[in-house]
Order: sequence, then C-alpha cells, then structure tokens
Amino acid sequence: MLIWILLALMTGAAVMTVLWPLSGRRPVLADGRDDVRFYEDQIAEIARDEARGLMAPLDAESARAEAGRRLIRARAASAPAQAATGEPALRRRRAAAAFALSVVPLVGLAVYGALGSPHLAIAPEGVATPAAEAKASLPAALAKIEAHLAREPGDVRGWEIVAPIYLRLGRAEDAARAYETAIQVGGEDAERLTGLGEAQALGSGGVVTAPAAESFRRALALDEGSPKARFYLALASEQDGDIAKARAAYEALLRSALAGAPWLPLVRGRLDQLAAREEAPGSGSAGASALSAGAQVAPEILAMVRGLDERLAAAGGSEADWSRLVRSYAVLGQPERALEKLAQARAALASDAGARERLERLGRELGLPAGAVARSGP
Amino acid sequence: MIVEIGHFALALALGLSVLQTAVPVWGARSGDWVLMGVAGPAALGVFVLVAIAFGTLVAAHVGSDFSVLNVVENSHTAKPLIFKITGVWGNHEGSMLLWVLILALFGALVAAAPGSVPARLRVQALAVQGSITLTFLVFILFASNPFTRMEPAPPEGQDLNPILQDFGLAVHPPLLYLGYVGFSMTFAFAMAALIEGRVDAVWARAVRPWALVAWCFLTLGIAMGSYWAYYELGWGGFWFWDPVENASLMPWLAGTALLHSIVVMEKREALRVWTILLAILTFSLSLLGTFLVRSGVLTSVHAFAVDPARGVFILAILCLFIGGSLAVFAWRAPVLRQGGLFAPISREGALVLNNLLLASACGTVLLGTLYPLALEALTGAKISVGAPYYDLTFLPLALPLLVALPVGQALAWKRGDLLAAGQRVLVAFGLALAVGLATLAVTSRGPVLAPVAVGIGVFLVLAAAGEIVGRSWARGRPLSVALRRAAGLPRSAWGSALAHAGLGISVLGLAAQAWSTETITTIRQGEAVRAGPYEVVLLGTGPKPGPNYTEQAATFSVRRDGGVVGRLEAGKRFYPARGMSTSEAGLLTVGLGQVYLSLGETGEGGAIGLRAYYKPLVLLIWLGAVVMAAGGAMSLTDRRLRVGAPRRARAEPIAVPAE
Repeated sequence: MLIWILLALMTGAAVMTVLWPLSGRRPVLADGRDDVRFYEDQIAEIARDEARGLMAPLDAESARAEAGRRLIRARAASAPAQAATGEPALRRRRAAAAFALSVVPLVGLAVYGALGSPHLAIAPEGVATPAAEAKASLPAALAKIEAHLAREPGDVRGWEIVAPIYLRLGRAEDAARAYETAIQVGGEDAERLTGLGEAQALGSGGVVTAPAAESFRRALALDEGSPKARFYLALASEQDGDIAKARAAYEALLRSALAGAPWLPLVRGRLDQLAAREEAPGSGSAGASALSAGAQVAPEILAMVRGLDERLAAAGGSEADWSRLVRSYAVLGQPERALEKLAQARAALASDAGARERLERLGRELGLPAGAVARSGP
Repeated sequence: MIVEIGHFALALALGLSVLQTAVPVWGARSGDWVLMGVAGPAALGVFVLVAIAFGTLVAAHVGSDFSVLNVVENSHTAKPLIFKITGVWGNHEGSMLLWVLILALFGALVAAAPGSVPARLRVQALAVQGSITLTFLVFILFASNPFTRMEPAPPEGQDLNPILQDFGLAVHPPLLYLGYVGFSMTFAFAMAALIEGRVDAVWARAVRPWALVAWCFLTLGIAMGSYWAYYELGWGGFWFWDPVENASLMPWLAGTALLHSIVVMEKREALRVWTILLAILTFSLSLLGTFLVRSGVLTSVHAFAVDPARGVFILAILCLFIGGSLAVFAWRAPVLRQGGLFAPISREGALVLNNLLLASACGTVLLGTLYPLALEALTGAKISVGAPYYDLTFLPLALPLLVALPVGQALAWKRGDLLAAGQRVLVAFGLALAVGLATLAVTSRGPVLAPVAVGIGVFLVLAAAGEIVGRSWARGRPLSVALRRAAGLPRSAWGSALAHAGLGISVLGLAAQAWSTETITTIRQGEAVRAGPYEVVLLGTGPKPGPNYTEQAATFSVRRDGGVVGRLEAGKRFYPARGMSTSEAGLLTVGLGQVYLSLGETGEGGAIGLRAYYKPLVLLIWLGAVVMAAGGAMSLTDRRLRVGAPRRARAEPIAVPAE
C-alpha cells in the first residue's frame, strides 16, 4: 500500500510544479527590455575599458557609435509587453491547467503500468528478508572458500564443497575443474567421479559425451550401486539411439531402488518418454545422437541449455560458450534454434576471423544448412 | 520498492517533459507570459524526477539488488564499491539514463538562472530542450529500460566487463556526456533563435557560457578517454582513430569552431547564419556519436541487424533531430537579418578561416568514420580506416590551422593588416624556428614532420605568451606597470591565451612521440630490456589476489646509467565471473616522459612476453588538454560584455590590440 501512497504523492508534486506557475500570481516578465539593457551595458563597458586603458580612445569611439546604433534599433523594436488578461487568457490558462492535470498522471501511470512491476514492491518485508540473506550469504561463502583454496589448493574437502555449488550455479567448467582437482589430490572415488561426469555433461549442453561416460563407468567400477552413474549411462545409451539398452538400464535402476528414493519420478519420466517415442517412431530418425523436440530431454538439461542461452543473449560470452549452445540445440533436435544461435554467434564473434571459421565448421559438422547460415546477414 | 519508485519517477518525467515542450510553445504563440512561465518549473521538475530515477538505479547497484536485470548483467557482490557505482553508467541502459540526467541538469540550470538569458529566448530554448528530453525518455523507457526486473532474482550477478573496472570509467563517460549534452543547450538556443527569427549579440552572449562549458568538459572527456585507452588497453597507443574516438572528436572540432564563431557574433554581430548552422551541426554530431556508440553498429553492421529495435530507434531520433532542425534552418534562416560586414583580412576573416579548416577537418573524420560502415552495409566488405588516411587528410588541414592561429589572433577587428600582425608574432616565430631546427640537428631519426610539429607547438605557446606580453608591456614601460596591466587584462584574454598555449603543449607532446621506442621481447627473471635511455630488469613474478580477480604480477626495476630510477609493476588479471583477462600496464613517470610495460603470455620455462615502451614527454599531450580546459573555464568566469572595437578605414599609427 505504501508504494501507491508514495507514487500518488510524487504525481501530485509533479503536477504542482506546473500548476503553480499557471496560477499566475508571479509578476509577469517583460520582454524587449533585455535588448535595450544589453546595449546600454555594452556602452558602459566600453567606457570602463577605455578608462582602464584596454581600448584606445579612437577604437572606443567607433565601438560606441556601433553600439549606439544598435541601441536605437533595440529601443525602436521594444514594444511594452502586454500582460495577457481578460476572458480568453483566463480560458487558455484553465485549459493549460486541465492539460497539465491530465497529461502528467495519465502518461506516468500508463507508462509505469505497462512497464513497471509494482507487485515486487508490495511483497511483504518479512518474506523477502530470509531469501535476501541466503542470496547474500551464498556468494560470500563461495568467495571465502575460493580464497581459501587459492591459498591451499591441496584441501580436498574444500574442493568437494565448492564443486557442487558450481554445478548448481551452472558454472560447468569450474565444477569440472574442482572435481578434477579433488580427484588429483584425494584420489578417485565414486562420488567425485560421478560429479565430474555430471559437470562434463553439463559442459556439453546436457549430452553425455565420451569423457563423461568414461567418468561414470569408472565411478561404477568403484561403486556398483551408484544410481546417479547408472542413470547417466542409461541416458548416454538413449542419446546414442540404443533405446532397448536404455530401457533395460532404467528398469534395472527402478528395480534396485529403495522405496521413496527422490530420483524415482525422474527415471519413470524417462521410461514414459521412451514409450511415447516408440509409438511415434518418425521423430527418432533425425540422427544417432539427436533427441527429438525436447520431449525426451530431462527437464534439468533443458533448463541448463535455456540458462546458457539467456546468459549469452544478455551478456555475450566466449566462443566455447556459443558453440556449446549451438551444439546443444542441434543435439536437442531443434535445428532452427541452432541455426538462429549460430547466426547470433557469428555476429557476436564477428571481429574474430578464426572463431567465425570454426563456427562455420561446427555448422557443417552438425549438418546445419550452409545457405541458411549465410542468409543471416542484413 | 526503491527501484519501482525510480521507474515511476522516470515515467512521470516523461509526462512532465510533454508539458515542458507543449505549454511554453503554446504560450509563445499566443503571447501569454503565464503559459510561457511553465517552462522553467517544468524543466526543474523533470530534472528532479530524472535525478530520483538515477539515484535509485545507483542504490540498486550499490546494494547488489539482483532483482534488477541491469544489476545482474553488470554487477557482482565481490566488486569494489567504486565500480558498483561506476557500473551504473558502464552499460547501455545506465549510460543513456546518465545522458538524460545531464540533459535535464542543463535544462534546470537554464531555468534556474533567469537573469542571464532574454526571457522569450529562454522559454523557447527550454521547450526545444524539453522535446529532446521527451524523445530520449521514450527511448529509455521503451527500448533500453534499466529498471526491468528479474523474477526470481539470481543469487549472483555476471560482473562488469573487466576492462571497464577502472577508475577511468568513473570519470570519462560523465565528462564526455557533459560535453555532448552541453551542446544540446546551444542547439536549443539556436532553434529558439530560428523560431524567434532573431540572432544578435544578445543571443551570442546568452549562448557563449553553454558552449564554453560543453567544450571544456568535452576536451577533458576526450583527454581522459585517451589516457584511459593508453594505460588500460596495453598497446602503448593513445589515439587509434577508432570510430568511438572519432565520435567524440567530431563534436569537439565542430564545437571549437562554434566557440570561435560565437565570439565573432557577440563582438561584431557577424556570421549569424553560419553560427546557427554550426550549433545545429555540433549537436547533430553529438547525437551521431551517441548513435554510433550505442546502437552496436560499430561492432558489426550485422550485430545491428540482429537486434534492430534499439539501433533503429536511435536512428529515428537522429533523423528526427538532424532532419527537423535543418528543415527549420532552411525555412527560417533567410528571415535573419544580415550580419556585420568585414574585410577578408581581419580578425573576423581569420576566424572564418579557422571555422572553415575546423569544419573540413571534421568532415574528413566524418567520412573516415562512416565510409567503412556504409561499405559494410552495402557490400559486406569489412575495411578499417586508420592512421594513414587521417595522416593524409586530417593533418594537412590541422597544420595550417595551427600555423595561422597566432597570426589571426594578432589581426584587428573589421580591417586587419597582415604585415603588422606578422611583425607582432615575428619573435615567437623566430624562436620556434630555432627550436625546430635545433631539434632537427640533435635528433637522428623520426619523421620529417616531427621537428616541424615541435616548432609549431613552441610557436603556439610563445605566441600565446606574446599575446599577453604585447597587451601589457610596451617599450619603456616599467615592469611594475606592465604586471599591473597584465593582471588587469580581461580574464577572457587570459583564457584564450591559456587555451591556445594548451593546444601548443599538446602538439609538443604528440610530436615527441616520434622519438618513442618500442621493444617486444620475452624476458626471464634477472634479465634486462632497454626502453629508450632506461634499462628495465625483471625482479620477479608472483600472484596478487584482488577482490574479484586474481592477478599475476611482475615487478621490474628501472635503471639508468647504473642507478635505480624506480620500480614498477605490470600484471595480468583474470576475472572469473566473466572468464576474461585484462592486462594491467605498468607505468613509471620520469619527468614528463614515461616508461610503459605491458605483459604478454607466459611461455615455457617462465619466460614472459613483454612490450616495453619509452615515451618521451608523453604527459604533455594530456596536460595540454587540461590547460586548454582551464583556459575555457577561465574565460567562463568572465561575464563582462564583449566588445570588438572595429578598426576604421584610415591607417592607425598605434597598434593597440583590440580584444
């Protein structure tokens, strides 16, 4: 409520700045006098300059003659300013006041109503505070750990804490590097290896690439039961087009699961989508690794790709980011989006000839039509 | 909540600027002073509202309010406070808001100083200014709104482009915008004069301070930008003829011409139509600069095509104001009364030459800036126009201007005597020639033009000093009297002498760069590299953590003839939030010259790539600009009426310089 009161007060103040002069109580300014005064001042200035020796007497005389001529002309031109009074002037002022009274609030409210977000200002303070605190504390904590790790890169615990945070923030390369360091320092274990695999998959736009699959396989070798590693390997089979193998793996995962495991719905969702895909076989033929139209893609992968897309659209990014995005859309079976992103990437990296060439090659690799790429110019 | 208040204030400012434009025009047409009186308070109101909007955006940046998209895209909690503030105008939306804030500030200043400007002129000018504010507010609100919210708010921002995280950014854009936008005031006065159908000394006197303010800030802004590019980009260069730099140079050239023609107008009531045209052109070039930098057309014509909303919007604004004002000019200029007459050889004539040369120089820069864009848009070929083009076009226009400057200043108003003027600068010219020849004799390498430029720089400085001496001292006059006379000279005379001397100082600094040295090499710990007369030894490297970056810093010791002159540190910073690196040049100032080191890649075995420069007298370039701006400021404090005494047709025996 407070916000609306404040906005109303501001509107009132803005209207008053115009209504106050229209009330017409101030003395009316006279025009024409300015010019006369200017030339009178000028003549006085010439006299002062002459007295101070800045101007020779002869020069002063001719300057004075010139200024005098202009003064006469200004006097002749200056008619006494007429104060506009009477009925028409009054009516005009009322109209102007009405105009001011309507334009300022109307424009203000209409524009703000169309563009503003007053509901964000109305949110009760009590609800907003804890979220704000959590928001402020996470980066601070992260910065603290990063600083600590910069001093003591041998601290495995630190890397293990920081890696999942990176993963959650979508910083795939940082997460992968953190897991790799943890593995280097503390040796391989299943948790670190699955984390590394996840980071690698995130880094390639949600595709379980060969290195990622290798990480998961090594994790399984250390811990046969790791559900996460088994899930991602099943996803890898699915992405490779081996539906039967993927289905068997998902089903095995379901059978071995304890009741109430949090990831159960996710696996069931994958199985449902596999079933749907078999009923509509046409869509699966786009290529061995292409997933069709988002339907079968895990929602978090889609969210990751979308997040990357938004970030690049908003702030730009490196060549690696762009090519990852293009690749992701191609793999997700959205060639139009991939093409569009490829065009944007070319524009964003236009100054870098090498990068442009690599993007062209990427386009060809992914089977995106070359003509369409060239068409993206103006 | 505070952000929403700022957003609403901006919307209200839009409504109020409609009134600032419409009601005074209505009042002027019907001769109603009460309606005309709305202009001032409305302008003040718009300023207050835009200032509230800007203040809330600053608060959002300082408080890292990541529910605001603009903050998310350009801030980070770990960023130092000063860069949280400067980050407000380190991006498109925020900088446009700063632009409008300064625009409204100038309007408010005109509104708050009613005595200095004739009433009708002031009202019309405020109305024109209101229309500019109106247009840009529409642009900000609908095409680059800094108050767009993000729901849900992300936990962390994407940080500001590391290149912009520098003190230079805190100062450079506001100065530049004060310059650009300051010329909106002269534009508004020019349009008001056209609408009113009268331009005279009264008008010139009202406009001169605004032109001076804008010119001073633009001078400082360009110099600051150049120094910033010099130490931040790590290439050792200070001017690249880059379109962004040209965009600020063009209004400066036109504005310098405008400044001089306003003087002619105030003192002699001549060059009326030309001055009005210059005022229009100067602001048009400011707008063009804003368009070039803000529409993204420079990174690539294609980038412009990908996100056309903004670029097309600015292009429309550009066409509206340039086209509209030129149309009004074509329609109303014939109404203006003829200006005063003068002989070709006279101070007026010299200033016409100054204007012609400056305008042509500005034209060559305009061509060099726009031609590649037009070519790319039409054929897709990407070319860049660089120093060779400007050496061949800009310099041949600038050099005669510099040589003619002292002579022109020695001429009398209305009718001048070239020979007498030549005699008055003869001493300065002779000394400058001697310095130029001495430079040629002492130095062994460097282009032929360099000693010539040294001579010109010395000529400008000496002639400016001679101007003051000539007006206060005569043969046989005791020194005490001469000093008193010098102190009694109008501040505007001191101001113009300072500004012209500043130009000479800058020219000297530029000329001295012909003898700068550049060494590109790799260096290991303990090894030495030569930089001019100095020897630079790498002492060691090490990490140096910063608040939102990590830095690999290298420490050097600078020696000359075995003795240590000083230490300096250069580094490479990595900003993890953006995944970008910047190079931090190391600068050691010795006298007016600098040793400049910039690190490259670290190779195998700890060898570091290094660019080592020695730049003699390089500080003079920017020092000169500061002196120029100081001259402008000094002239600004002089509110005396300017009278140019006309020289009569018959010969005068005493050569007393006219002011």
